[in-house]
Amino acid sequence: MDSFPKVYGLTQKPTFLCQVAARQSSVQKGSGFMLRYTVKRVLLALVTIFIIAAITFFAMNAIPGGPFEAEKAPDPAVQAVLEARFNLDKPVWQQFFLYLEGLLHGDFGISLKTGRDIFVTIMDSFSISARLGGMAIALAVVGGLALGSVAALMRNRWPDRVIIFTTTLCVAVPSFVLATLLLLVFCLRLGWVQVWSTTSQSYLLPVLSLALYPMSYITRLTKSSMLDVLGQDYIRTARAKGVREQLVIFKHALIPVITYVGPMTAYILTGSLVVETVFTIGGLGTQFVTGITNRDYPMIMGTTIFLAVLMVIMTLISDLVYKLVDPKITFD
Amino acid sequence: MKKLGNDKVPKQRLLSMQVDLSMFEPATDEEKRQQDVMRESTTFFRDGMRKLFRNPLAVLSLVILGVILLTILFAPLICPYGYAQMVTVNGTRDKTAKNLAPFTYSKLEQEAIDEGAFIFPHIFGTDELCRDYFIRVVYGARVSLAVGLFASIIVLIIGLLYGSISGYVGGRTDMIMMRVVDIIASLPDTLMVILLSVVLDQVLGTALQGTVLASVGNNMLSLFIVFGLLYWVSMARLVRGQILSIKHNEYVLAARALGAKPRRIIKKHILPNCISVIFISMALQIPSAIFTESFLSFIGLGVQAPMPSLGSLANNARGSLQSYPWKLLFPAASICLIVLSFNLLGDGLRDAFDPKLRR
Repeated sequence: MDSFPKVYGLTQKPTFLCQVAARQSSVQKGSGFMLRYTVKRVLLALVTIFIIAAITFFAMNAIPGGPFEAEKAPDPAVQAVLEARFNLDKPVWQQFFLYLEGLLHGDFGISLKTGRDIFVTIMDSFSISARLGGMAIALAVVGGLALGSVAALMRNRWPDRVIIFTTTLCVAVPSFVLATLLLLVFCLRLGWVQVWSTTSQSYLLPVLSLALYPMSYITRLTKSSMLDVLGQDYIRTARAKGVREQLVIFKHALIPVITYVGPMTAYILTGSLVVETVFTIGGLGTQFVTGITNRDYPMIMGTTIFLAVLMVIMTLISDLVYKLVDPKITFD
Repeated sequence: MKKLGNDKVPKQRLLSMQVDLSMFEPATDEEKRQQDVMRESTTFFRDGMRKLFRNPLAVLSLVILGVILLTILFAPLICPYGYAQMVTVNGTRDKTAKNLAPFTYSKLEQEAIDEGAFIFPHIFGTDELCRDYFIRVVYGARVSLAVGLFASIIVLIIGLLYGSISGYVGGRTDMIMMRVVDIIASLPDTLMVILLSVVLDQVLGTALQGTVLASVGNNMLSLFIVFGLLYWVSMARLVRGQILSIKHNEYVLAARALGAKPRRIIKKHILPNCISVIFISMALQIPSAIFTESFLSFIGLGVQAPMPSLGSLANNARGSLQSYPWKLLFPAASICLIVLSFNLLGDGLRDAFDPKLRR
């Protein structure tokens, strides 16, 4: 298999089988590297998660005042029992590892304000946020790819100009401004869309206000990488070999977008903090923001770690997929 | 023996390469003039500026930023209102001046005007605490721009130092320093900013009481600390990459072979080639810092209460969105305008100054 000629395209038109064989051989060659890269990358992700947990925990511990130091101090005996219950009598590093152990069991602690289990709260509210975020990502990727391709293929004609003008504008609008404006215009002034409530859940405006920034970014990314690709030698080679040109162009234009998936997830998750607040959607973002306003530290801690782990995992996945798809990357 | 002129030296050897001057004729004046330097030689900086000023979008954004800068510098001198004071008429607090629309006057003010007094117009109206809204937006823009500028300066200093040390020293030091950067870069920055702001807000609040720094406000300070802690990594990577790639260029090798001192190499070869890229990235850092600041202010972690920021103004406007939409529109439009101008200016600077994009 290793001696499979790489230049098969020069002597004969590649059959489908040929291509499959070539791909398999390259995968086999690369699998060792890929495995090593995956292991390395997963380890880095684990270290990152550990560091995030450590920062979160120790930062929250640095805040002066404990949870049971109320103005009406409870009986010392009661306080001792409470501290023993929440491990507050142990040294801080031991508390940290106990907290970590709890995290692994899905025990994020109890909210100071509501008294509810934080993990349950997160899971309940995350289902809404996940739907919102998922739709926003889908819209951003599909819309961005489509608009970017149109802009690249119609370069310097009016569709390109319009698209680039709009995306330049959109990149300058913070998501909370966009969300509030959309709410003002379409919900309050025109009344086209119902304000969010338990009975009428319209995802349209929140998704739009979350997706517009990443969509603009992907549009510009797709356009520039597509223009870049259109002038490359391997496109000519692909054409010479009889491969469907558009497919190749699209594939190569798609690759840089994969790298953006990680940052985009981070943007959408943090963006949903304000967008959910603006539209009064009871998702994870709202929980987080109310946690911040109430100074509900266990809640802030739990949500931060949950969101951070989510972001790290998405970045990990996008990095791995990128390595798998991109032929140019070297495994060092 | 024939006397030979200077230009009629006979060839000493038949096949010698000695130039036979008799085969040449002196250049005419016209030909000499062709050698004249018609255009004075231009420096890298001047050439870049010329290109920048040919870019209409960049010029437009420069003009807009200039106007905004002049406004936020001089409006507080001209406008008689304070950002934290109620509107007063003849020394008495005017409680009727609540939530005025742009360019309208309250009852008391109207009476004063009828008596012939001059009242400075409320260009953006007033807010629910009878404060002039224009001056609040101006101060908000001041805060946002100051945060953007200082944050990117902090990022520049830390990133430049860290990146250049890492790039110059190389070897194991470089590897360890870059692993640290890798880990910091993989932290989700906005989340960490929120977290650290929450914490620093509490910690600094008690630690700073009575010191000079307290006047800056602990929220603002924590914002700078957070930027100093997290956002320098991309700058450090950029600087290191620049220095590494330039260090291995042939002209640096040639300069070293000719005996140039490291100082001269840095001054003449490395700095001019990477300084533009660094400043472009700094210009693009400013809008992202403004974004982050307004985001934090919006969720209630920004600057301290009476001091406005564009984000907190927009947040406060949400409560009365239905009745007073202009309270949202003015700060929102200001953020967008500032960020858009910086983005366009950054793009223009990149087109004009990035050596890799030069034709």
